[in-house]
Amino acid sequence: MNIQDYFSLVLNDYTLRTITLGTAILGAVTGMLGSFAVLRKQSLLGDAISHAALPGIAIAFLLTGVKDSYVLLLGALISGLIGTFWIRSIITKTHLKSDTALGLILSVFFGFGMLLLTFIQKQPNANQAGLDKYLFGQAATLVESDVILLSCVTGICLLVMLLFWKEFKILLFDEDFTKTIGFNTKTIDILITSFIVLAIVLGLQTVGVVLMSAMLLAPAAAARQWTNSLSTMVILAAVFGAFSGVFGTAISASQNNLATGPVIVIVASIFVLISFIFSPYRGLLFRQIRFIKNRRDLKLHKTLAFMYHIAENHENISHPHTVKILNNFHGYTRGTLQKLVDKNYVSLDGQMWSLTEEGFKTAANLYSQQSKKDE
Amino acid sequence: MNKKIAVQVDDLTVAYNYKPVLWDIDLEIPEGVLMAIVGPNGAGKSTLIKSILGILKPIAGSVSVYGKPYKKQRHLVAYVPQKGSVDWDFPTTALDVVMMGTYGSLGWIKRPGQKEKKLALEALEKVGMLAFKNRQISQLSGGQQQRIFLARALVQNAAIYFMDEPFQGVDATTEIAIINILKELRKAGKTVIVVHHDLQTVPEYFDWVTFLNVKKIATGPVKDIFNDDNLTKTYGINYKVSIQE
Ligand SMILES: Nc1ncnc2c1ncn2[C@@H]1O[C@H](COP(=O)(O)OP(=O)(O)OP(=O)(O)O)[C@@H](O)[C@H]1O
Ligand SMILES: [Mg+2]
Repeated sequence: MNIQDYFSLVLNDYTLRTITLGTAILGAVTGMLGSFAVLRKQSLLGDAISHAALPGIAIAFLLTGVKDSYVLLLGALISGLIGTFWIRSIITKTHLKSDTALGLILSVFFGFGMLLLTFIQKQPNANQAGLDKYLFGQAATLVESDVILLSCVTGICLLVMLLFWKEFKILLFDEDFTKTIGFNTKTIDILITSFIVLAIVLGLQTVGVVLMSAMLLAPAAAARQWTNSLSTMVILAAVFGAFSGVFGTAISASQNNLATGPVIVIVASIFVLISFIFSPYRGLLFRQIRFIKNRRDLKLHKTLAFMYHIAENHENISHPHTVKILNNFHGYTRGTLQKLVDKNYVSLDGQMWSLTEEGFKTAANLYSQQSKKDE
Repeated sequence: MNKKIAVQVDDLTVAYNYKPVLWDIDLEIPEGVLMAIVGPNGAGKSTLIKSILGILKPIAGSVSVYGKPYKKQRHLVAYVPQKGSVDWDFPTTALDVVMMGTYGSLGWIKRPGQKEKKLALEALEKVGMLAFKNRQISQLSGGQQQRIFLARALVQNAAIYFMDEPFQGVDATTEIAIINILKELRKAGKTVIVVHHDLQTVPEYFDWVTFLNVKKIATGPVKDIFNDDNLTKTYGINYKVSIQE
């Protein structure tokens, strides 16, 4: 099956449609929430939460003996929340750096989770196989009820975000100030964090513990490159996330047997890569182009300024001067002169040049800008 | 003196770890003064302001604003944090940041509307930043960012202003612009408390001063207590400041 077949199949094939819808919604909600994690400089948070969820899955299975995904995810949710709030209290109570606290919880919980998983695998229980799918996820197991659950959570999350938009924004930008004007920053923080935990836990089935944090970070990091507005960033992150989900599913479905979770993450990473290189303001490519252009403009402007100085001393600004005089200006080349002529700033008549009206005005403006900067 | 007391601090002690960084501070700030808090780096100036504003929890002591606990008087107080305390690469505009000054009076959930926008624009005008209203904040210079913070505090329309080093990294023009705004606030009967590092300008800018170095060294009118004795006690070295009469 190639990608085109896939897209025609999606419309007809029920299973494929369910999976695609599921990964798209998951990508959208994690992208949205990921923006908050990225802006709070808590990039590791997603990693810590998803790893912290693992022992919950194992314990839920040990306690109930069933492999029902809701039971297991409830376990994941509880242990994810416990891990998260431990991190919070470690940071506030012990003055450990937040990345230390995150790393600590991440490895302790994950280690414990792995221990439990190996223990479960040694049990003589026919039911035990397949828990390890939560490590790397298995999108194929998504069913309609999962998609409905995902949609509900996304809907509630959107609603809460719209309601508390102003509070989220101010907390992200300036926490101390937020406290002084009477908002309970803890409440806002818990609200954001709980949604992040929820989204991550819901993604475990699809993407898995190990790669889940990439779903949170990649779309948001990519979105940040394209915009300077928080709302646009959140929307873009959701769009990037959703597309990663769809394309990831498409690629893995069309290239038999490729695991969906990792492919989704790779697609999201490609979004990041493209954004880092090609975004117009922050992208590496355009920065380089701007740099080169600025340098060229500067040479041009300097030459123009030199000519302006000479022309200034004459009553008639278009009074012709000899080209030789320009040799006094360090950095003058015939090429720059030609470019100035092309731009219609200077007119050339044999070995004599003169400033045009436009050139004079441009040069004068250059000056006022420079002196403004010097203020 | 029969002036009202705007802010009263009693027996305030604050510690981040074990060692207190503020020790048993008693402080009365009369209404309508323009007060400098001076002291060396690490003296606890920012900590003092943060504790007064409830950002930090002191291990002992109490703070009251016009006779009531700070919690009940938030609407009377505005705060300009140290500029470096936020990430200026945050995706938002100058106008948006100034608008945040209205969030406190709006309360939970309610969105800022036309009225709030108008207030923010007026404040931007006052600090000479109207032309930059739609500028992404990371593309502002340090002095311009400082003005944005000041505008945000002006929007709060408070009775008491706390400012943590508003002159940090600003040029002479901006400094004069800011001090003129502060003096205007005082003229309007507001109380302004400023963490200040340039000792030379204290007598010129302020009428009240507090010397702080873990303990409160002295507090009172600049003309009475701004002298070499207190400076030496605060900074630990022999300080000579020529005070213009
Ligand atoms: N978050 C923190 N955790 C631990 N110690 C801190 C923290 N913030 C400040 N301190 C310590 O508390 C003391 C007072 O700090 P504070 O920031 O109040 O000083 P300051 O007077 O504002 O200094 P500066 O002039 O450099 O701004 C310093 O010794 C500092 O090292
Ligand atoms: Mg300070």
